[in-house]
Amino acid sequence: MTHEIICAGFGGQGVMLIGQIIAYGGMIEGKSVSWFPSYGPEMRGGTANCSVVVSEKQVGSPIVSEPDGIIAMNRPSLEKFTMAVKPGGTIVYNSSLIEITPDRSGVKILPVPANDIAAELGNDKVANMVALGAYLGLTKVISPTSVEAALKKVLPSRRHKLIPLNIQALQKGLELAKN
Amino acid sequence: MERVMMKGNEALAEGAIRAGCRFFFGYPITPQNEVPEYMARRMPEVNGVFLQAESEVSAINMVYGAGGAGARAMTSSSSPGISLKQEGISYIAGAEVPCVIVNVSRGGPGLGGLTPSQSDYFQATKGGGHGDYHLIVFAPGTGQEMVDLIGLAFDKAEEYRNPTMILSDAIMGQMMEPVVLPEMRPELKEKSWATTGKKGRVKPNVINSLGILDKDLELMNIKLQEKYARIEANEVRYEADGTDDADLIVVAYGTTSRVVRSALSMLREEGKKVGLLRPITLWPFPKKILGDLAAKNKRFLVVEMSSGQLVEDVILAVNDRSKVDFYGKLNGTIPTVREVYEEITSLLQKEGRA
Repeated sequence: MTHEIICAGFGGQGVMLIGQIIAYGGMIEGKSVSWFPSYGPEMRGGTANCSVVVSEKQVGSPIVSEPDGIIAMNRPSLEKFTMAVKPGGTIVYNSSLIEITPDRSGVKILPVPANDIAAELGNDKVANMVALGAYLGLTKVISPTSVEAALKKVLPSRRHKLIPLNIQALQKGLELAKN
Repeated sequence: MERVMMKGNEALAEGAIRAGCRFFFGYPITPQNEVPEYMARRMPEVNGVFLQAESEVSAINMVYGAGGAGARAMTSSSSPGISLKQEGISYIAGAEVPCVIVNVSRGGPGLGGLTPSQSDYFQATKGGGHGDYHLIVFAPGTGQEMVDLIGLAFDKAEEYRNPTMILSDAIMGQMMEPVVLPEMRPELKEKSWATTGKKGRVKPNVINSLGILDKDLELMNIKLQEKYARIEANEVRYEADGTDDADLIVVAYGTTSRVVRSALSMLREEGKKVGLLRPITLWPFPKKILGDLAAKNKRFLVVEMSSGQLVEDVILAVNDRSKVDFYGKLNGTIPTVREVYEEITSLLQKEGRA
């Protein structure tokens, strides 16, 4: 099975990081993975995204154009990728910042008030982890335990004290997906 | 062995260090900047030299000097920067100095753009600078190959006393994939030909590409051509995936081979007989396997990010024994999996093989 994801948002919302966490988590689970950042002059202030592929077999194209799912942290990202999602795919979007609902049928859609939940936890920066939790709850691409292991790899050791907070945020997202 | 996630450019840089490279000379240009950035931090840790030269021309000539003194030396750049280095590369080829040149290529001509491209294929494989010479050119298709092929590039450069090139692009350079890094190489052997001082020898070692007296130049070229023939006989590398029972074989390298692989996997699920022939060395080119496959009535489609460069080598290798189609994307555009899938599907339909 191959799962292709696009994570997108403003620079600073941590979309590259959650993409890396999925890729690392997949690697830890023994799968083939790739992570590819959107790349070009638009990276300087504006919308950024990354393509992640997690697969049982050798990864082909690292650039995803028909994703199985997207995590959209801001409105331009949601608008850009809504129609690209494969039928039966998944859209998780940050309803704290996005006031529209995606106009798309045939896919699972979950609004996640990611910034509000993160603020309740005391740190706005973990909004990305709330969205990731919701996405993983719906798709099960990687297990929550792999996320914890991946965080240790992705974050520099001076940031490891933030791992419990990140896991808390992830759990909130997972709970949202259950309901 | 532990797998770690690394960007292609960083994997390549660490692979070079582990292969014994201790001299890096370069000048900044996107999309290869992660290579010098990594080297600037890493080289001091292994008592190596990182030097940002004042220009690409200086950098390649520093490589010429360090390589001539027997060190494992490299430079990296991107297309316009590689053009600037061509004079030096030609001298290095003439003087038979081992070294590695990395081209994380971008679109051209001219200053071009930052997006990935495969339009430097001719420059890489047909010489590039003046004179009758060849580089050994490797085209990595995975993060792991970024590590493995740069190690091989240093080994082959030394074995043949010939400059080698890694021809990569922005996708291969920016993408992160899991890689297994090799152990650090032990100290390298001294080279009998290197210019490290006479040390009691009567004749000094000379590194030079000048052949101005009598038949010097002809002899130098005969020797080079003999070497290139040995390289062509021994160093061809390629990956053949599903070519045995395929009716149609797609030829692609580097980034496009990845896109093609995804498209082929969709087509095989539909029962289509399609295969991939991926050159890993672009020079020497896998002529023989292509010729053999053509003789077995296989048809070919070449997919590349250029107006048609690799396709010329495929046509030469096939030599009218079969038909070769071409699907190219011009600088700055990467073919999507869907586009390649549709191109192959329509070719198969035209042939009545769908």
